[in-house]
Amino acid sequence: MITIALFVYFAIRAGSSFTGELSLSSAAGYAGPIGAIAVGEVLLLVLAEIDLSAGQVFLFCPWVMYWMHQDGLPLVIAILIALLAVCLVGAINGLITVRLEVPSFVTTLAMNFILYGVVLVASNDLQGSPIPLSSGTDFISQLMGVWKWSEILWVLAITIVLSVLLTRSRFGVRIVATGGNLVGAAEAGVPIRRVKVWCFILCSFVAGLVGIVDAIKYGTLDPGNFGVDYILYAVGACVIGGTALTGGRGTVVGAFIGAILIGVLQDGLTVIGVSTNEFFIYVGVVIIIAMALNVQFDRIIARSRAR
Amino acid sequence: MSATPQPVEPTPPVPAGAPVLEVRGVTKSFGVLRVLNGIDLTLRQGEVLGLVGDNGAGKSTLVKILCGFHPPDAGEILLEGERVSFSSVEAARSAGIETVYQDLALIPQLPVYQNLFLGHELTRLGPLRLLNKSEMRKLTRQYLDDINVNVPSVDAEAEQLSGGQRQAVAVARAVRAASKILLLDEPLAAMGARESRLIIDLVKDLATSGRISIIVIDHNYAHLFELCDRLNVMQGGRITIDQEVHQTSIEELTELMVSSYRRQLAQASAGA
Repeated sequence: MITIALFVYFAIRAGSSFTGELSLSSAAGYAGPIGAIAVGEVLLLVLAEIDLSAGQVFLFCPWVMYWMHQDGLPLVIAILIALLAVCLVGAINGLITVRLEVPSFVTTLAMNFILYGVVLVASNDLQGSPIPLSSGTDFISQLMGVWKWSEILWVLAITIVLSVLLTRSRFGVRIVATGGNLVGAAEAGVPIRRVKVWCFILCSFVAGLVGIVDAIKYGTLDPGNFGVDYILYAVGACVIGGTALTGGRGTVVGAFIGAILIGVLQDGLTVIGVSTNEFFIYVGVVIIIAMALNVQFDRIIARSRAR
Repeated sequence: MSATPQPVEPTPPVPAGAPVLEVRGVTKSFGVLRVLNGIDLTLRQGEVLGLVGDNGAGKSTLVKILCGFHPPDAGEILLEGERVSFSSVEAARSAGIETVYQDLALIPQLPVYQNLFLGHELTRLGPLRLLNKSEMRKLTRQYLDDINVNVPSVDAEAEQLSGGQRQAVAVARAVRAASKILLLDEPLAAMGARESRLIIDLVKDLATSGRISIIVIDHNYAHLFELCDRLNVMQGGRITIDQEVHQTSIEELTELMVSSYRRQLAQASAGA
């Protein structure tokens, strides 16, 4: 709702320059990476875990594809290896968290640094270019990122799949149960560790997949990009979308809308001539307002039910 | 895990009154502390057996051995006449023994029907294992009706229920999953008079139906006398008194416990 209100506000303030195709697609351009990371992250937040490395995974995955392709592997194989690599990253995040009982905040923070370092070392601090497909005009290239709407549509499709998974599948019930009452879920026979590891894998996979699309869209890879920039927006998007950081509550669709909101905010403020520096103040205020509304709303509902 | 709901009333495999669970000479120590000192106990088909005793008498340890959480150091457990040893709670569960723990096992954010089916969800065919929500809702309504548990709605989140309703749903889930034995560890703890009544009636109904045998731990003698067919008193890691409820009274049982306690003290000082 806030997103729509904001959208209308910018549309009125800026007129056609905001609703124009270029501007809307640049809003989608901001929202794409944030959304890709947020919709996977929400699963972990519902589990009362967190993956701080997902932003770096988003950047790391296309690098793996790029290196494999440079080594002469066919592109399809290179993409598959890259996706496998990020699934492995997710599995390691998950296994360290559940087996060694290192809090996921720490596990994934460390993983973020490791992946960042691997990219810096392996790239010799040089940009990756050209990215395969990025100058193609055929259908596959368009689908994989060249067409300006393709990234956000990938994220939308993933949102739908993950949303069905969380709200309508047995796995979704297990995620909510594990995050809502860990001991109770285990006593009821939910394989809590396996559920957690799979969610870490899923979150990494989604971030990596859209990371490839994003790299094809822009055509170059910059080893200096730091994933934490993305992850903070993504967690913000989840919170705006109504996810509780205490576990048990959160929606994938909410996280997607939260990402769109941040994208619209970033783009809309630029279009109406507010400096990008002010953008950060607005994002902060919106996150606090959204969280406060969520908490107060829950309290009002709880009170009305108690009667 | 299959899509076929359990039959509501399986025929009891053991005739009423025959032993369904026998515990013989079970001991358990934690380090130098001997918590169970040779337990002999028999649970008969369709009965409610109450376990009483002071804190530290070993009641909870015994229940944790029966539900597969701890292995016993020595002694044997027979389920329907066959010797069993459970390596895990899972193993005990698949043998037909379910436990309702002191801490409430429901998931606050899940609706009643998903809590009732947690770990046994009904799913449609397909790789995603999509939930068959309408069927689960329907069966939950039927089932809760059958055993006289009232909740505002099967779609209400557990968080919205009263403590008694939550405990009733937890008991209902355990009963639904248990084919033979239900272990209730202080099911009335932290519950008001009206809510206790709800659970007592539920457990009595279940026992009367004869399809399940129940062991209850509680501290409240009035509750236990109302709920149970038979009471076993635990003192110092042993069962010292075994009384049919209709043949005794709270006063008589208290006297028996005091004299048994004195006897133990006398033995202990004689042995020292």
